[in-house]
Amino acid sequence: MKSILFVGVIAVALMFLFPMAQAKEIVKVGLIAPLTGDVKTFGESSKNAFLMAIEAYSKTGKYQITPLIADDRNDATEGANAALKLITQDKVFGIIGPLTSKVAIPVSEIAEKNKIPMVTGTATSPKVTVHNLKRKPYVFRACFIDPFQGSVAANFAGKNLKAKTAAVLYDVSNDYSKGLAEVFKATFEKGQGRIVGYDSYQKDDVDFSALITKINLKKPEVIFIPDYYNKVALIARQIREKGLKGVLLGGDGWDSPELVKIGGEAIIGNYFTNHYSPERKDGIAEAFIEKYKSKHGRVPDSLAALTYDATMIILGSLDKAGTAQPEEVLKVLTALKNFKGVTGTITFDQNGDAVKSAVILKVEKEGPKYMATVNP
Amino acid sequence: MELLSYILEQTINGLQLGAVYALIALGYTMVYGVLRLINFAHGDIFMFGAFTAYYLLSKWDLPIALVFPLTMAVTAFLGFLIEKLAYKPLRTAPKISLLITAVGVSLFLEYFLSLEPLFTPNYIGFPRPFAVIHYNLPLFTVTNIQLLILLVTAVSLFWLYLLIYHTKYGRAMRALSHDQEAASLMGVPVDGIISLTFIVGAALAGLGGILYAFAYPQINVFMGIMPGIKSFIAAVLGGIGIIHGAVLGGLIIGLSEVFVSAFLSSTLRDGVIFFILFLVLILKPRGLFGKRIDKV
Amino acid sequence: MNFLVETKRFLLCSVVVYLLFKSFFHFGLFSEYIQQIIILSFIVILTSLGLNVIYGYTGQFSLGHAGFYGIGAYTAAYLGALFKVEGVWAFLPILLSGGLAAGLLGYLVGVPILRLKDDFLAIATLGFGILIRVLLDNSDKLSEFLGGSRGVIGIPKIVNLEIAFWATVFLILITRNLIFSRYGLFWQCIKDDELAATAFGIDTSGMKLMAFTYGCFLAGVGGALYAYLYSFLHPSNFDFLKSIDFLIIVIVGGMGSITGTIYAGMLWVAVIEGLRLALPASLLELRWVFIPILLILVMMWRPYGLLSRSESRFLGLGN
Repeated sequence: MKSILFVGVIAVALMFLFPMAQAKEIVKVGLIAPLTGDVKTFGESSKNAFLMAIEAYSKTGKYQITPLIADDRNDATEGANAALKLITQDKVFGIIGPLTSKVAIPVSEIAEKNKIPMVTGTATSPKVTVHNLKRKPYVFRACFIDPFQGSVAANFAGKNLKAKTAAVLYDVSNDYSKGLAEVFKATFEKGQGRIVGYDSYQKDDVDFSALITKINLKKPEVIFIPDYYNKVALIARQIREKGLKGVLLGGDGWDSPELVKIGGEAIIGNYFTNHYSPERKDGIAEAFIEKYKSKHGRVPDSLAALTYDATMIILGSLDKAGTAQPEEVLKVLTALKNFKGVTGTITFDQNGDAVKSAVILKVEKEGPKYMATVNP
Repeated sequence: MELLSYILEQTINGLQLGAVYALIALGYTMVYGVLRLINFAHGDIFMFGAFTAYYLLSKWDLPIALVFPLTMAVTAFLGFLIEKLAYKPLRTAPKISLLITAVGVSLFLEYFLSLEPLFTPNYIGFPRPFAVIHYNLPLFTVTNIQLLILLVTAVSLFWLYLLIYHTKYGRAMRALSHDQEAASLMGVPVDGIISLTFIVGAALAGLGGILYAFAYPQINVFMGIMPGIKSFIAAVLGGIGIIHGAVLGGLIIGLSEVFVSAFLSSTLRDGVIFFILFLVLILKPRGLFGKRIDKV
Repeated sequence: MNFLVETKRFLLCSVVVYLLFKSFFHFGLFSEYIQQIIILSFIVILTSLGLNVIYGYTGQFSLGHAGFYGIGAYTAAYLGALFKVEGVWAFLPILLSGGLAAGLLGYLVGVPILRLKDDFLAIATLGFGILIRVLLDNSDKLSEFLGGSRGVIGIPKIVNLEIAFWATVFLILITRNLIFSRYGLFWQCIKDDELAATAFGIDTSGMKLMAFTYGCFLAGVGGALYAYLYSFLHPSNFDFLKSIDFLIIVIVGGMGSITGTIYAGMLWVAVIEGLRLALPASLLELRWVFIPILLILVMMWRPYGLLSRSESRFLGLGN
């Protein structure tokens, strides 16, 4: 009995002796990413980067962050459900992601309606931040948008690859793919190129033989396939198997270590546009790349780098606002200028989109090789 | 001339697809003939075949000559198991329960295999153990895979035909599909023949799975759903319960899919197939080769 | 017909249940997320009830029910956008139009299809359901707003507890009255033995068509409610798998039992959505492994469903 009393007194004394550790206010932030499903490498990379960013922030940040991660399986309905739950049930102050436009578009509507800031690192369709000519003030992105990306690809095809004819194969059930395809076509034709094939397929299609045979009639010099890596790898194989020789070109959806794993020889030697190259020479980028490499055993892809930037942006804004009130954080976010991120310097324009350069990468067995930078 | 070779090439594309559908459709039609059951889990047996082949090729590094028979044996066994565990106990239950059970088996197979420690719900690259060679013939190009599929399917059909029409087992199966009660009274071992039907059907589906994975080397636990439905429609199109009906139905569906993609739009390809189904059901519900199978 | 005869008890129960939910919502006992799930369960009950009329009472095996659900949703979304509907009173005709569109389509499809029996009817409805999905996937060719396979976004969220609950109660009442009228009797006769029913002089094709049209109408109303609850539609929500969901609810709840459908509908949504909340992410996929096993076991043990043909007198549905 006496010993218990003794311990109790000491404990109380200790409590008063040591100043109460300044308890940081706990704030929740959510990540919606495709951890499973057809683009799971995107989800894995972004999850790693998300957690790394929170860890880096917690060293100097004013708040204690509880990360909540939801899997959207690259499905719009799943993403919408996850967003609703994170916002209304878990009460996050902000959302990072979703990564793919098809999920980001409906989720952005939900975030907007509930007045919770959302920063996506990687969704590139213009419809994420602007719908029917109306800007959604709570939605931002840390990357460029497809109108820019598509024109970069088209100009690369016309000027660098010197192609006069091109064909496009895109996924009609995906805003990202469809949007990029449309921009590519418009830009390529403006540059005096001819689009000799413009065909769409659906998400679940596996047999492209009919479409490929159709395209082969015109023998295009370039074939633009703006889709995600798993589909692209499959299509590339079928294209080479049928003996088509055109150069394959794509967008940031190609960025995954699985691309070469699934696509093999068929995909090597082709090109795609992307947000950043791991060969980037910049202090912040190199530090991040080193840390990611030591922690996860491989070089971070653009999904990781952009999610890192997006997370740092929202957490930085949280600190600057001094409160977790979404409206206040929003004000800081809207005014973001010259944020030095891993993928470059980020300033939000009037639509909440980042004005950034694109890089052209070449697919090689060991990983993508940097070819060129294109400025907006 | 160019148009001709274009059409020929698309025809071969269609036959390749159709051959796989035919293999799966055979399983549906045989089971329906004998049990009057639409085995919804059949498409998943096809998927299981593709995954088994994947496993044998990538984890055990077996040569193709072994992969084919082993995979077919595995899927045959799976078919046997499903019949014994899920369908046999319900043989006297109302038809609807059997159908729902089939749906249950289908869902179970898909989601069980999609669990993390097993195959995960992700898309897995299928390791094709040989290179694709295309032969440039005077009028069109054809790949070794297309030839392989057509050849293997033709051989299987021939073998199946021998089984059904020239062996006593085949005769027993036909007897059962005509009139189960009378057949059992004549001494046909009903349980055994039903099991045999499932085994053969499942083996063919497994074979279809391997060939499909060779042609489209990306597998996923849900890959059996659409081919399963289309093959089923193929079986209905040809006349459910009729072997050559299933084959013809499969080829027709495969060719329609490819030609719609080639000449109209890829997004309409599924729509046309179901439209064909409709026409058949309304105009000639017994299918192209159909004959009366109802008992009055 | 005297609509409210004998339904006093049911109405009383409904009011009590409504007040219960309303107070829970009002005092914030449930987060908005859970509120949405509860409202969804009413929608699911309504739609499943439609399938119960078609299959549970009349014995017509339809595997394409989700297609009609989708038609109702898309029609309501389209008309709402066309007429810029924002408020509750303007919404009610939209709700009705979703149901009517689905009902009309059900009628048109039913005329040729209902001639088929059993398995063939199943295949035909399955095919039709998928055909509708293909139609929805290509809907952007009709109107950019409908989004094709990218889905429809930006539907105003008008549906709340009141609308969903009372629409469901109202339609349950109508359904119950139909079931206990001679039409319901005819339907059950057709299910029991169609040949005998014809011999008795019942217009079987007419009655089957009526049941089918009415069932599709209910699905259409459910779809319209869904569209204005979730604000977002995607063709993949209306495919074969969704039809299976409704079928499972009807079978498990008990064919030919309105009460069974109510219970099963709530149970189903509770299990699917509740587990999503209760389970940690890593175990979430196990739901779908156990649900089919459960389903198979239920089929083996109670092939006619848990509550076949009996109505709850407590709730005022039976007699």
